[in-house]
Amino acid sequence: MAAGTSKPAGRAAKANRKGQARLLQGNEAASLGALAAGCNFFAGYPITPASEITEYMSREMPVRGNPFIQMEDEIASIGACVGASLAGRKAMTATSGPGFSLMQENLGYAMIAETPLVVVNVMRGGPSTGLPTNVAQGDVQQARWGTHGDHPAIVFCPSSVSECFELMVRAFNTAERFRTPVIFLADETVAHLREKVILPAEGDLEVIDRRRPTVPPDWYVPYKTDGSLIPRLADLGEGYRYHVTGLVHDERGFPTRRPDEVEPFYARLFGKISRHFDDLMLTKEYSLDDAEIVLISYGCTARSCRAAVRLGRERGIKLGLLQLLTLWPFPRQAVEAALTGRKAALVPELNMGQISREVKRVNDGRTQVIRHSKMDGTMITPEEILGRMREVA
Amino acid sequence: MTAVHRSVVYDWLRHDKKFPHVWCPGCGLGILLGSLVRSLAQGGYDKNQVVLVSGIGCSGRLPVYVDVGSVHTTHGRALTFATGIKLAKPELKVIVVMGDGDATAIGGNHLIHAARRNLDLTAIIVNNLTYGMTGGQYSPTTPLGAKATTAPYGHSEPSFDISALTVTAGASFVARSTVYHVTQLDQMLGQAIAKKGFGVVEVLSPCHTNYGRQNRLGSQVEMMKGYKKQAVRVDRWEKMSPADREDRFPIGVLADHERPTFLETYQGAVDRAQAIRKEG
Repeated sequence: MAAGTSKPAGRAAKANRKGQARLLQGNEAASLGALAAGCNFFAGYPITPASEITEYMSREMPVRGNPFIQMEDEIASIGACVGASLAGRKAMTATSGPGFSLMQENLGYAMIAETPLVVVNVMRGGPSTGLPTNVAQGDVQQARWGTHGDHPAIVFCPSSVSECFELMVRAFNTAERFRTPVIFLADETVAHLREKVILPAEGDLEVIDRRRPTVPPDWYVPYKTDGSLIPRLADLGEGYRYHVTGLVHDERGFPTRRPDEVEPFYARLFGKISRHFDDLMLTKEYSLDDAEIVLISYGCTARSCRAAVRLGRERGIKLGLLQLLTLWPFPRQAVEAALTGRKAALVPELNMGQISREVKRVNDGRTQVIRHSKMDGTMITPEEILGRMREVA
Repeated sequence: MTAVHRSVVYDWLRHDKKFPHVWCPGCGLGILLGSLVRSLAQGGYDKNQVVLVSGIGCSGRLPVYVDVGSVHTTHGRALTFATGIKLAKPELKVIVVMGDGDATAIGGNHLIHAARRNLDLTAIIVNNLTYGMTGGQYSPTTPLGAKATTAPYGHSEPSFDISALTVTAGASFVARSTVYHVTQLDQMLGQAIAKKGFGVVEVLSPCHTNYGRQNRLGSQVEMMKGYKKQAVRVDRWEKMSPADREDRFPIGVLADHERPTFLETYQGAVDRAQAIRKEG
């Protein structure tokens, strides 16, 4: 992206008001989505291929009088986001694999302390420094299991520039609603792609804010919940003087090791997500109704799959695609339905089978599930998918 | 005096958090807790406007006892959370309590950058020369030659001088005191909290259970007497010869100057950004 003048961002802001068509890069659209969703705190650290988001926010946050800070590392970036969120801000940080690895520690903190925030991981080749400027989808399981201890995870994955905007709004709304960190898992291709996006007019977007306590401070029990299992979050400095900790805590927020308090704590942490699975599962179907062979894919690879479906059908192969926008919780129901009654399912992805493993687990032997892995730093092409199809069909 | 003390304790400690606290009998952290709430009470701060942030270790357990917004974060990262809180709500008084391992080993990077950035935060660094909670392993402030559970034959590394480190990194205010010099400690904390910019108070506090026992320093009382002997007021320290300084350390205000804070300089960026955007 061109170096920092305020004009492109200014035009984007104007477009946002009028609901105009715009040519945007994935990282720009994600940034705009964050702003549209009410993001008013950003802390980050430069890293390819996510730096455009940090640069974009460094231009936009001061204009809005909101804090932007480039911290000393990614650990500090997400730490600042957790602090800002507890003080009432909608916080975001953006990084790629190496930085995402560093963030796992405080991602776990945000999880256990139930702090809403959005973490962007634009996937590149790994492990370690890996392939900094090349595309990969190797962080799918890391996004689920990266931080230690058993915990739920919510991960969204865009495959177009429009989806970068839409899913980012969704990511913030989900974080706020469920009081939890949400991971926005893009990849280098989608993040650097430029496409036409029709931005919704301001006011046409649903923006969700966390539920704050309505009782007076003396009555506030920080982690006491209703049927939603999602506790109300008071901003620091608003008279609700409560304790936040990364230790397992009781309803008042104080550390506990009592089994009769620890067990309900974990049950609620998982339950607040699992109770609302239906609201979280986002998938898209392409030509799935009469498909004999189903492709299951996500991110940039789903783009190649869409082309493969079109090309395949032109050649008389009845292909269909189930695109996963929610990777975690794994959209089991949609995948089960997509697998039922097909000759075979192919799962193309830029790793050695991180989602195909999940598909096989859900499939439970009813359909032949074949993984199609590629790890050379480039995308899977539609022709490669069709070639693989001929091998298996 | 007793009545005043009782009222401070009643006003500033949590009524629903059960005592006794988690620290060993004789630990200096209880003295620091008392000193901190006295400084806050004497400074006339509003409890609703104070946030206490801590990392992990014995010192990390301090904020939970104080009746303010309290955030017990991850090991070494307290300053990063505090940075987010302060930027999100600049009107809050954000005070960070860390240990020596917390602040200068795992959190060393955050400490020097917080000092350089000069955001309005108060960092209280409790220096007991060891990792107390995990059983007495060596920390960045363990003296060369001292025993630790990970240095059974004597420590092979020289130690950090926390105060000198933060002065060099650019903190607006740096002071050192000990839990023996309580009256001075109250004052140092009060000054640091009131100071605009990044303020540091290094507090020497005995860990007789781990550090003291391994190094045969006697009871906690003996260790406190050691502070009395070793600590020298900074004005006297400056006149002392290198030979006299052996085995001693200065206490008092070590740096106090005015520098633009991050919030002030960032406001400049906000003003410029808004002016440019207005021009279109």
